[in-house]
Amino acid sequence: PLNLSHAQRHKRPSTTLYLLCAYAHSCVWSPQEADGQDRLGLHGEGEADMEGECKAHTPDMPPGDGNTPQCLNRALEGLSSRWKNWWIRGILSLTMITGFFLIIYLGPLMLIFVVMSIQIKCFQEIITIGYRVYHSYELPWFRTLSWYFLICVNYFFYGETVADYFGALVRREEPLQFLVRYHRFISFTLYLAGFCMFVLSLVKKHYRLQFYMFAWTHVTLLIVVTQSHLVIQNLFEGMIWFIVPISTVICNDIMAYLFGFFFGRTPLIKLSPKKTWEGFIGGFFSTVVFSFLFAYLLSQYQYFVCPVEYNSETNRFTVECEPSDLFVMQEYTLPATAQNLLRWKTVNLYPFQIHSIALSTFASLIGPFGGFFASGFKRAFKIKDFADTIPGHGGIMDRFDCQYLMATFVHVYIASFIRGPNPSKVLQQLLALQPEQQLSIFNTLRNHLREKGMLPPAVGLKV
Amino acid sequence: MTELRHRIATENQLQHQSSEDKGSEAEDRVKRDGGVSDSECRPDSGVPEVPVATDDTPEVLNKALSGLSSRWKNWWVRGILTLAMISFFFFIIYLGPMVLMMIVLCVQIKCFHEIITIGYSVYHSYHLPWFRTLSWYFLLCVNYFFYGETVTDYFFTLVQREEPLRILSKYHRFISFTLYLTGFCMFVLSLVKKHYRLQFYMFGWTHVTLLIVVTQSHLIIHNLFEGMIWFIVPISCVICNDIMAYMFGFFFGRTPLIKLSPKKTWEGFIGGFFSTVVFGILVRISETHLSISYRYFVCPVEFNNDSNSFTVDCEPSELFQLQDYTLPSVLQSITGWSTVKLFPFQIHSIALSAFASIMGPFGGFFASGFKRAFKIKDFANTIPGHGGIMDRFDCQYLMATFVNVYIASFIRGPNPTKVIQQLLALRPDQQLHIYNSLKAHLTERGLLATQEEAA
Repeated sequence: PLNLSHAQRHKRPSTTLYLLCAYAHSCVWSPQEADGQDRLGLHGEGEADMEGECKAHTPDMPPGDGNTPQCLNRALEGLSSRWKNWWIRGILSLTMITGFFLIIYLGPLMLIFVVMSIQIKCFQEIITIGYRVYHSYELPWFRTLSWYFLICVNYFFYGETVADYFGALVRREEPLQFLVRYHRFISFTLYLAGFCMFVLSLVKKHYRLQFYMFAWTHVTLLIVVTQSHLVIQNLFEGMIWFIVPISTVICNDIMAYLFGFFFGRTPLIKLSPKKTWEGFIGGFFSTVVFSFLFAYLLSQYQYFVCPVEYNSETNRFTVECEPSDLFVMQEYTLPATAQNLLRWKTVNLYPFQIHSIALSTFASLIGPFGGFFASGFKRAFKIKDFADTIPGHGGIMDRFDCQYLMATFVHVYIASFIRGPNPSKVLQQLLALQPEQQLSIFNTLRNHLREKGMLPPAVGLKV
Repeated sequence: MTELRHRIATENQLQHQSSEDKGSEAEDRVKRDGGVSDSECRPDSGVPEVPVATDDTPEVLNKALSGLSSRWKNWWVRGILTLAMISFFFFIIYLGPMVLMMIVLCVQIKCFHEIITIGYSVYHSYHLPWFRTLSWYFLLCVNYFFYGETVTDYFFTLVQREEPLRILSKYHRFISFTLYLTGFCMFVLSLVKKHYRLQFYMFGWTHVTLLIVVTQSHLIIHNLFEGMIWFIVPISCVICNDIMAYMFGFFFGRTPLIKLSPKKTWEGFIGGFFSTVVFGILVRISETHLSISYRYFVCPVEFNNDSNSFTVDCEPSELFQLQDYTLPSVLQSITGWSTVKLFPFQIHSIALSAFASIMGPFGGFFASGFKRAFKIKDFANTIPGHGGIMDRFDCQYLMATFVNVYIASFIRGPNPTKVIQQLLALRPDQQLHIYNSLKAHLTERGLLATQEEAA
């Protein structure tokens, strides 16, 4: 018997539940990964590095003190600098987490916009670093070209997604149909125009700089835009595939910091001297437990587990469906050792919780590598933070560096272990074939279904 | 071909235009031009001069040409090598798709090696720990990913038969991602305190090279599987454009085309354009009259699992069947014909050759700019007289992508075998749903009633 709780029949969990969760999370999460005092240490490390670096040209980005808002400044002016930093980071963490929940509440469309804005901001931050490293802010055309390439690549990716998910809408509108049919050609033409503009803009004295910036732009696009696109694709599978990975990474950050703070002793890697083995391992176990419980909490609501679909009649996104097997409570017999320990024979779990263990393991073990990569990058280019967008935390990239690999992993995981091909996409392709090919596929499919017993056998078939 | 134009056109300029004294030796001119222009501004410290490569013309050629002056010797070396390369091209086409794939793979590996070596020289990073291993490892990963996707599509039945292959293909993305991730983690663990910036540069350099080289070669293989003609015609168009533009520039060249490559002229560009378009149309007429080899070129390459080999046999699609086209009235009055028999493919080849003539040179300019930026004369010294493999393939860069996009947009629809695969991978209820939709669609079209009676 299915364990349908009362809440499962709701389309969305109640607002009070949200607020409770937010409150609970804020209590646990407010001491953020504040290497507040340690960031000063990092700056010291950076100076030590400077003598060692063989290449000169250190564009020293002025350490951002910040654009802490005036109100916060006034409220905290009594405290010493260290505690002031701690409070700022704490308040901003709370704000960001509340913002996260608010956006989830607002729905998938809002989430897509937020993801896109974050992507644009990350891109801008990295490109700005590139300009400073190469003193290339005044290069002709280059700013225009970077943004142009960003628009092209986004157009290509979003066009591919839109064509898949909005099939019905696209078939209705004539100009959209044309755009979808020749989508690859149009995207390629746009990219080519940018490429030609780049070649034509090569200026005699600045060849090397321009090539550097070209490559910098492309690598940034490769990193930022593909990740954000995969995040959107995961989102369409079901909001839970968006929420659980991101929360897992955030939790790992915070737990590793807490464990390191209280028990930290053995350093983990020379690249980030503040990370410790105790923090790493403690963070790993607590993240697995957290995501296990969090997955249990979210699996009960249709709002989170259903694929996002576009309803062409109402012209809105709907998140309603029959939950797939993954989100239906099942009984698992425990292995003998666990049986002796817990004295339970079987346990009721959502299959998704098993998957969430895999996701959280990845987030704890490999996620930090994304953080090390970003730390190495900041040291290589002698910057303290990517930018100064968030007071006390640095830029958007600073907050999202650990998420970098997570989105790709979730996408690959879904593609390999969870879902098969998308049925509506297969149907689209079918309808685009030649009639003879359609007929032959129809016959193959009919025989296949008959073998499986889904269709009545041929003998008794009457049209 | 660019180098040939450089040197010969330069010497022509010396003879015809005495306005600028650029010195007698072509090599000096190119090197100095690149050097002087950039040396006033050093945006980045330490511009390393990649050592000018020595001449490794084979001994046999050297002996045969020892009598001639240096300039003509150069001409002859280049000419002989050009002929050798073109004959080699035809030879491997004759050998079949399998060999072609191997050749494309080898060319790709060599191009990658050339560009990475330039990166090492630019950054003096040859002794970075791990880095050579990591670059080759990433190349392997990306190739594994791409070839795995292609193989799964085209060798579907073979893959389904063998159990280990089936597992590999089912979890292909996951396996490729794991391999890449291992490389990524090795990179992070290999970061050494004094060399952060260098290591990040080489990491970026490797990725951009992979993006350029591996994706292009993969698209070439895709085009190849559509039919060898989609491989031969684009490459021949680019080669023809190179040669024709050089010829026109040599005989009629006067107005410079772009500051980046001072040897290119507008006359060469336009003359090359028209002659390549004509070449594109004519080559089809001649090839299609070779009835024996005709199918060999136009049929999609398929893997026959009974004979375990590639077969190139099919009923040519309507693209390759002669059709009547009525000429517009303007042409009718000129040529006196009211209709003309053409293969539809020839119309497409006009588009392909137009692209090759107009956009192909941009790939060449890009490579020239790259060489100037990093102060190198040639990418490498693999081919005597011509430079490295990349030098020969720089104009092809965009062509492969264009052909692939062109085919996807204008020629073929989705691949029916692939659709069946996806269908059979769905859940039974989804299959039933699709079955019903398809049945409704076919009944609407009136195709189904006859089939039902026959069944």
